[in-house]
Amino acid sequence: MSPDRPQIEVQGLWKVFGDDPQRVFAPEHIDKSRAELQDQLGAVVGLRDVSLEVEPGQIYVVMGLSGSGKSTLARCLIRLVEPTRGAIRFGGEDILDYTSKELTEFRRSQIAMVFQHYGLLPHRRVIDNVAYGLEIQGVDEDTRYRAAHEAIETVGLGGWEDYYPREMSGGMQQRVGIARALAVDPEVLIMDEPFSGLDPLIRRRMQDELAALESQLHKTIVFITHDLNEAIKLGDRIAIMRDGAIVQEGTPEDIVNRPADDYVADFVQDVASMAELRGAPTAEAEAAR
Amino acid sequence: MTAPGDVERAPDERDTAPSAPWRRYAWLPGAAAVLIILGVSLAVWGPGMDFPTTISESRASTQGGGSVVLTETVRERTGETIDGAVDWLTEEGDWLFDGISDAVGRTLVSIEDVLKWVPWPAAIAALALLSFVVGRWRLTAFTTLTLLYIGFMGLWENAIDTIALMVVAVAIALALGLPLGVLGARSRIADGVMRPILDAMQTMPSFVYLLPGILFFGLGKPAGIFATVIYAVPPVIRLTNLGIRQVSPQAVEAALAFGSSPWQVLTKVQIPMAMPTIMAGINQTTLMALAMVTIASMVAAGGLGDDVLRALQKNQPGNGLIAGLAIVFLAIIIDRLTQSIASEQSDRRSAG
Repeated sequence: MSPDRPQIEVQGLWKVFGDDPQRVFAPEHIDKSRAELQDQLGAVVGLRDVSLEVEPGQIYVVMGLSGSGKSTLARCLIRLVEPTRGAIRFGGEDILDYTSKELTEFRRSQIAMVFQHYGLLPHRRVIDNVAYGLEIQGVDEDTRYRAAHEAIETVGLGGWEDYYPREMSGGMQQRVGIARALAVDPEVLIMDEPFSGLDPLIRRRMQDELAALESQLHKTIVFITHDLNEAIKLGDRIAIMRDGAIVQEGTPEDIVNRPADDYVADFVQDVASMAELRGAPTAEAEAAR
Repeated sequence: MTAPGDVERAPDERDTAPSAPWRRYAWLPGAAAVLIILGVSLAVWGPGMDFPTTISESRASTQGGGSVVLTETVRERTGETIDGAVDWLTEEGDWLFDGISDAVGRTLVSIEDVLKWVPWPAAIAALALLSFVVGRWRLTAFTTLTLLYIGFMGLWENAIDTIALMVVAVAIALALGLPLGVLGARSRIADGVMRPILDAMQTMPSFVYLLPGILFFGLGKPAGIFATVIYAVPPVIRLTNLGIRQVSPQAVEAALAFGSSPWQVLTKVQIPMAMPTIMAGINQTTLMALAMVTIASMVAAGGLGDDVLRALQKNQPGNGLIAGLAIVFLAIIIDRLTQSIASEQSDRRSAG
């Protein structure tokens, strides 16, 4: 991958749910609103012409209310949801052209995902959960336990290797989820509302830890959230989604200072003090670099 | 994964969306057709009409100079067709049924031989020990006392025959049922095909399975095993299917996101997480097999069912009760043992 090229490049991505999604692209329908398409065609537009670029080492935050398509976008990036149209390039290669074998290889080696509901395997100990990604690649037990152990230490769970997920709190389970993603040493991390299920204190601590972790690891992270504070705190760039489309994209300062429309302005209004926030994320982002 | 109302749920919403108006009235022509047929039939035959059950009617003259009416009914024709098909299968599949019969017979004999070779005190001691390991004192006491009861009542050998029959039948039922359950969980078509067949298998009176058993394998143990397998296999298919379907989609999604192959998703995520439900299915199948093995003594399969059957024929309620109780005790021992083993396995994972 050449250094001047974005790590992830999404171009004109559409996802349409329904029986015959291609109908939406007919010239007489394409400009209709999401509600009109649902009423008239029974087709639900999940993503509408989404384009974005993520530079290596960035935390790219995708923000929106539920139903805005942000989770669909996250799942398209790893093809857990198949896009209807468009392109997703990782280091120049369009992953939508991958055969199922290439896709499996891509998921194993280049990308990892952290889920809102953790998605841990309850019948496996923490160490075997964290080592799962390596286990399915056929890595021998010694090597994968060493990598898993290291990842568990990184997220601050040393000593919990032999516990089962249900014996742990939500915050700790999500640490296991993060450790599992780190253990495979991916280039890109997709984090789908990883802290949304946690109580506010734990959430803030996890955000701080993620920021600190990122300053060491320099992973490319696509971070999904519905919380503007979280977005501003973590994001190098933020994309705000509504009804499946991106309504504004830019740095946290851009979003706060120059909201593109009323929808974004509404979000920004929720943030307590603009002046305070304008300072804080920049300083943190600087520190991270 | 998604909050209520999130777009990922959207495909479901479509179902409740108002459909085209003509669809709402699609039942009207159907209802009209039913009314017309009803009206016409009443007009032609009147309210006392019978079902037309006869296919053909012919007259044949008898030697005495009179004549008789020969009729063939729909039911006769259907029954004969099925009989013919079974006959054909019996003849053409001879080599197959003989082979199966042979293999099953040999397996049974060797299991019986081994079990009968073990001295009864050793067998009781071993089972008591196993009961203690998985279930502590109460189960140990129960196992020991009931096994002694079976021994003192002179039912030991027949009980071993029954257990051997059950073991072989359960082994075959699991070998068929587990893969079919997995198939049903993964393919909607397979599930759609299997579901009505399983419904039928579970509603059919169990004696009916003895008939094809005899036709294919002749009187004896293999026929009993055949009937038992068919009778006992539905629960393990259903519960394997259900267990895999109930595995949290989030766990499956996570496994896929890390690049699991379908086989890895099945063996490392779905089956282990479905294990408590699958074990319940195996337990059900085992108990049903025990029940059917008893009934199978009607086709000379042997075992404790023989004692019950003999008591029935000679009108000896005492003997019937004694043998019946032995079967109940076996069932309870097997049930408690397998359940304890299963729950011990999953205790820690599912505990809060």
